[in-house]
Amino acid sequence: MMEMSGAELIVRLLERQGIRTIAGIPGGAILPLYDALAASTEIRHVLARHEQGAGFIAQGMARVSGRPEVCFASSGPGATNLVTAIADARLDSIPLIAITGQVPLSMIGTDAFQEVDIYGMTVPVTKHNFLVRSAHELLDVIPEAFRIAMSGRPGPVLVDVPKDVQNQRVRFEAWPQPVVAEPNRPLDLKAIEEAAQMINDAEQPVLYLGGGVVHSGASALAVTLAEQAGLPTTTTLMALGTMPSDHPLSIGMLGMHAARYTNFVLEEADLLICVGARFDDRAIGRAAQFCPRARIIHIDIDPSEHNKIKAAHVAIQGDVGQVLEALLPRIKVRLRKRWLSHVDSLKARFPLQMPGLEDARSHYGLIQAVAACLDDDAIVTTDVGQHQMWVAQAYPFGRERQWLTSGGLGTMGFGLPAAIGAALAAPERTVVCFSGDGSIKMNIQELATLAEEGLKVKIVLMNNQSLGLVYQQQNLFYGKRVFASKYRGAPDFTKIAEGFGIQSLDLDQVQNPRAALAQALAAPGPCLIHASIDREQFVYPMVPPGAANTEMIGG
Amino acid sequence: MIEQVAEPLQQSGFAKVVLELDVNNHPGVMSHICNLFARRAFNMEGILCMPMADAGRSRIWLLVFEDQRLEQMILQLEKLVDVLSVRRHGAEHEVFERLERFFH
Ligand SMILES: Cc1ncc(C[n+]2csc(CCOP(=O)(O)OP(=O)(O)O)c2C)c(N)n1
Repeated sequence: MMEMSGAELIVRLLERQGIRTIAGIPGGAILPLYDALAASTEIRHVLARHEQGAGFIAQGMARVSGRPEVCFASSGPGATNLVTAIADARLDSIPLIAITGQVPLSMIGTDAFQEVDIYGMTVPVTKHNFLVRSAHELLDVIPEAFRIAMSGRPGPVLVDVPKDVQNQRVRFEAWPQPVVAEPNRPLDLKAIEEAAQMINDAEQPVLYLGGGVVHSGASALAVTLAEQAGLPTTTTLMALGTMPSDHPLSIGMLGMHAARYTNFVLEEADLLICVGARFDDRAIGRAAQFCPRARIIHIDIDPSEHNKIKAAHVAIQGDVGQVLEALLPRIKVRLRKRWLSHVDSLKARFPLQMPGLEDARSHYGLIQAVAACLDDDAIVTTDVGQHQMWVAQAYPFGRERQWLTSGGLGTMGFGLPAAIGAALAAPERTVVCFSGDGSIKMNIQELATLAEEGLKVKIVLMNNQSLGLVYQQQNLFYGKRVFASKYRGAPDFTKIAEGFGIQSLDLDQVQNPRAALAQALAAPGPCLIHASIDREQFVYPMVPPGAANTEMIGG
Repeated sequence: MIEQVAEPLQQSGFAKVVLELDVNNHPGVMSHICNLFARRAFNMEGILCMPMADAGRSRIWLLVFEDQRLEQMILQLEKLVDVLSVRRHGAEHEVFERLERFFH
């Protein structure tokens, strides 16, 4: 018979589940859990400076490791501060376990100090959530939280634990086994057969890869499918890297900021093979006009994605990797010379324009100059805005989980804490966070966490003195009525970094930006690299929101 | 801008459907289910919930309109961890009919 407090039980269960790092911030209602955590010899706590930072640090770890990671917050404002990071994890299908302290059970519903209904609040943004009502329940709830977060389509789970439940003594006979992801349902071989037939018979097929390929670890299988069947391959924002960008079959990212040729190729497709993607509006533009000539094969682990936006002619439910494995032996080797040479000619006529590449101080030039200093071992995170799209367009990604970005929620403030999490999960890698002067301020306090941890995170701050993407939209779609998108004040970011104890480099001030970059990126520890960017540089091409993907502006 | 406000979907013209859900019996289940419907402005005409003989479970009966989003609604319901099964019946199912006398 074992006996311990609910708090100790949580910590032991997390240890047994393999958790080694937890990000969080303590407060009254979670102090019993922190007290138990302090006694752990297995788990290290990383003290964030804002709970949203803690949530994104855990996300960064999870996006790199592919397994659930944990963050802690106290009740009330601590818990509400986590909500954005949880919602972000939901939209990008990231396995995240958020554990929050709550006021004691007897005080729930009394408007007690720092009481909020975080359970009710997170119903729509979690995959599932729990309000724990006795310490004994934890024996089921904690393993169940992990099982849910990692099974099927991954997602965030919140566990709200009242303070008295944390203190309650619990006796039990045996430890629950650490959980693994649930096995998937048997595959529908008839649908797979039918899909193979359609691929073999198609004349102008296109492969469309999404984040599900990353979650399933199926990049290599997806590339094999493309090579075997001769499929030009586009990826969503989430799936960048699943097919290396220099692969001859790669036609780059699709959608709002795709190269023109990519959207034109999709327009001509007679078969679209969608693998682990969900026809997001930023990817497909106006749904009715997306791939107007194509029949659709949709492979996804989540059956509610089938026929949600576009009707599929063949829908296959299952883990992407398992489906591809079953599909591959049924796929004929095809060279598809005619179609691929047509794709090449579209590419030659309507390529991605990247002006200023030779200038390492311009937006595209800076991104590629950074890439030139690194190899595929590096991890790249971004914030949200023009800089994010420029990196998506210009950075030569070569492997899955190399690229971490807030795709579904588009959360400014994601980049820095996610980079810290990435570096915690993979301390041997260099992590580069491309950010904007708007986004960096949304979680700038995490510079203190970064300095404390001394991780090899390099922030490349593309400073255009504005909320660039908003400025761009006002210029393009709101009659140039620029409002609330230009900054009047200009903080000195290098001084801010130094104030936090982080080295900095101002590319505006150096003679040889490439040499300075190489040196800063190779040095150990963190660094903030500041570069001024021309505010009048916009992300092109651009599909206006609500328009069809072929109605691109610019580029 | 090209984005336009969609016409609100008039549900009242559609046939009715009765959904029978077996769910785990705990205080949060109803909020998970009601949230799904409310968020999508998918009207629930009737709702009835009672614990089953097996105390760990409840049965929920929903009366809804069969518009084109119903398939998606059912798939979303099936994704909820606390929803164990969803069965679909025609409007002729007697559960709500028998209750009607309490509403006159
Ligand atoms: C938390 C949050 N608030 C607001 C927005 C809306 N938004 C999208 S991009 C953007 C501007 C981003 O500015 P910056 O980080 O400087 O990047 P830039 O576009 O200039 O590269 C804003 C305000 C958002 N995505 N996230």
